[in-house]
Amino acid sequence: MTLRDPCPVCVPSERPLSLSLSLSLSLCLSPRQVSGLLRRRFHRTAPAALQVTVREAINQGMDEELERDEKVFLLGEEVAQYDGAYKVSRGLWKKYGDKRIIDTPISEMGFAGIAVGAAMAGLRPICEFMTFNFSMQAIDQVINSAAKTYYMSAGFQSVPIVFRGPNGASAGVAAQHSQCFAAWYGHCPGLKVVSPWSSEDAKGLIKSAIRDNNPVVVLENELMYGVPFELPPEAQSKDFLIPIGKAKIERQGTHVTIVSHSRPVSHCLEAATVLSKEGIECEVINMRTIRPMDIETIEASVMKTNHLVTVEGGWPQFGVGAEICARIMEGPAFNFLDAPVVRVTGADVPMPYAKVLEDNSVPQVKDIIFAIKKALNM
Amino acid sequence: MRKMLAAVSRVLLGVAQKPASRVLVASRNFANDATFEIKKCDLHRLEEGPPVTTVLTREDGLKYYRMMQTVRRMELKADQLYKQKIIRGFCHLCDGQEACCVGLEAGINPTDHLITAYRAHGFTFTRGLSVRAILAELTGRRGGCAKGKGGSMHMYAKNFYGGNGIVGAQVPLGAGIALACKYNGKDEICLTLYGDGAANQGQIFEAYNMAALWKLPCIFICENNRYGMGTSVERAAASTDYYKRGDFIPGLRVDGMDILCVREATRFAAAYCRAGKGPILMELQTYRYHGHSMSDPGVSYRTREEIQEVRSKSDPIMLLKDRMVNSNLASVEELKEIDVDVRKEIEDAAQFATADPEPPLEELGYHIYCSDPPFEVRGANQWIKFKSIS
Repeated sequence: MTLRDPCPVCVPSERPLSLSLSLSLSLCLSPRQVSGLLRRRFHRTAPAALQVTVREAINQGMDEELERDEKVFLLGEEVAQYDGAYKVSRGLWKKYGDKRIIDTPISEMGFAGIAVGAAMAGLRPICEFMTFNFSMQAIDQVINSAAKTYYMSAGFQSVPIVFRGPNGASAGVAAQHSQCFAAWYGHCPGLKVVSPWSSEDAKGLIKSAIRDNNPVVVLENELMYGVPFELPPEAQSKDFLIPIGKAKIERQGTHVTIVSHSRPVSHCLEAATVLSKEGIECEVINMRTIRPMDIETIEASVMKTNHLVTVEGGWPQFGVGAEICARIMEGPAFNFLDAPVVRVTGADVPMPYAKVLEDNSVPQVKDIIFAIKKALNM
Repeated sequence: MRKMLAAVSRVLLGVAQKPASRVLVASRNFANDATFEIKKCDLHRLEEGPPVTTVLTREDGLKYYRMMQTVRRMELKADQLYKQKIIRGFCHLCDGQEACCVGLEAGINPTDHLITAYRAHGFTFTRGLSVRAILAELTGRRGGCAKGKGGSMHMYAKNFYGGNGIVGAQVPLGAGIALACKYNGKDEICLTLYGDGAANQGQIFEAYNMAALWKLPCIFICENNRYGMGTSVERAAASTDYYKRGDFIPGLRVDGMDILCVREATRFAAAYCRAGKGPILMELQTYRYHGHSMSDPGVSYRTREEIQEVRSKSDPIMLLKDRMVNSNLASVEELKEIDVDVRKEIEDAAQFATADPEPPLEELGYHIYCSDPPFEVRGANQWIKFKSIS
């Protein structure tokens, strides 16, 4: 059940990899393909911009909030002395000690319940699941003890807790370690669910989640941990927060709206770059939050482009894309659609191990491009 | 609490307008306190246990009597309201177990914390909510302590964390509250209750492990009423020595029908936790007169003779009453007056709980999130929207 070795793809290093090299890692493209993306995508910034990996961004976010509020503490397996199974909490135990950074035994249901109880009693725990696959052992505490309590108590008992950890597919970890929980947690009223893509997302959302007085599920992505992004100056401030419930338009476009969350956002941007050469301009929306979903941003975009493609790593049935389809149909954007919405998702199978099978079980750039062209009837 | 003390002082001072018999009662000389022998607790990994004698003051005795009688009458009223279909859904009554909730409260401070499962009405009262607020919550009215949103199993108060519907889930929660107590450093402890049925839940053993590892100030309390729903302890547990099931955690087995025994054991356990020694376990041997819930007649898995025997020999209210009367701490008449007063209080509360209106429909969407600006919540179809405010 525990995944003790760090992800083989993301080798934690002291120096961030060059942007092009790291992006090529996350997108499985050649550096030459990626540098084109970079030249178009990222402007030469002022020297104040910083290169920060997603891992470092989460670490910084937690560090700043631990420093700001002494009620904040982190618990989970290997978070303290091991520096985190994926090194996300590196250095925190050394800085804050045993009281604030707590190594737990392998007892998800137990320690998740303990974290929820601590939150009920006024502390602000960050409960780490080594991966969200293991959160299934504790899902009763997340839903029945955390999510529903404020409602059941008619506003008397709040539960200011963060559940975080890597979600979804990794590389070669097979079926029991690859499930995406965005749809399951996104289903439940009382929870907030966020899914950061970039370093800016990761830092701003983890800080907002910690400061939020509600239970927040933060679905990170293991394959993104080592990917560096430029952190603009405003994101370097200790009070930099990204509002929960607001999507971001990562790339403006006019012909088709692509909506995604987490790592697939990278693939969408790459697909957009390729299609731009063919004269198709894609508007890429990074959801950032699964619940409460920012459907308004998606609707406004669809009312402009008349075409919609959703992209996610999770399974298709009852997934995030399915919910977006339903809501678009119910709202003002329906009348602006020139074609049915197209969904790109993980394959409807438990994740296989062999590389060729795994590669074809997750959305690839070519699958996104194909879907976009289908939506545009090309 | 204040109303009860006022009632007691009225009796003591013998206000002029009372009828002659009451004046007679008031002028009688009662003892201030009395010493009682209590059953020795079975010990697990403990050299010494709670004392085997205890002093009960008249004031405390009357207080405990009144509290237990209030819980008893409140539960019987809930039974009545349920049969009239004014209370719906789940209703798990604790009559017979009054010495547990009142005795535990007597052994701790109001600043300590307590969490239990669904047989929670008694604890909701002893932790400070009024009978009115409790009954109105059971009937699902706006005057209920959770404004009708929670029902029987989801009542909360200051330092009382419910009221939890998922069997066993409250135990790690309680260990977490104890973690917060230790973290805050204010010498507070958490009483974490569960039943003999829940005692077989895996997450409880996870909580034992972490509580012991981190020396959390948590008293794990198994309210053993001999039956987990319809399954007797012998049919559910390989070891029915629940006080030993914490293994490396010291434990006490306590007579849960004797309020003084419960009080002394609680004081002992609380002192143990406050001394920073880590968690401790208490098994309260008790009994419920009702079935598991109002849908369970409670006689398919046990005999009426058994229930009757407990009622006649071990009823907690009767035991306290006999002790007080025999030691001249109170008179039979005086206690009868308390009974009358309690009945009236319950009747008034039931009236309120029946007459109070249901929560307004607009509030259906309220309290999804805490501290958030208002937003819209979807109803049964896309055109039905409810406003949600925190």
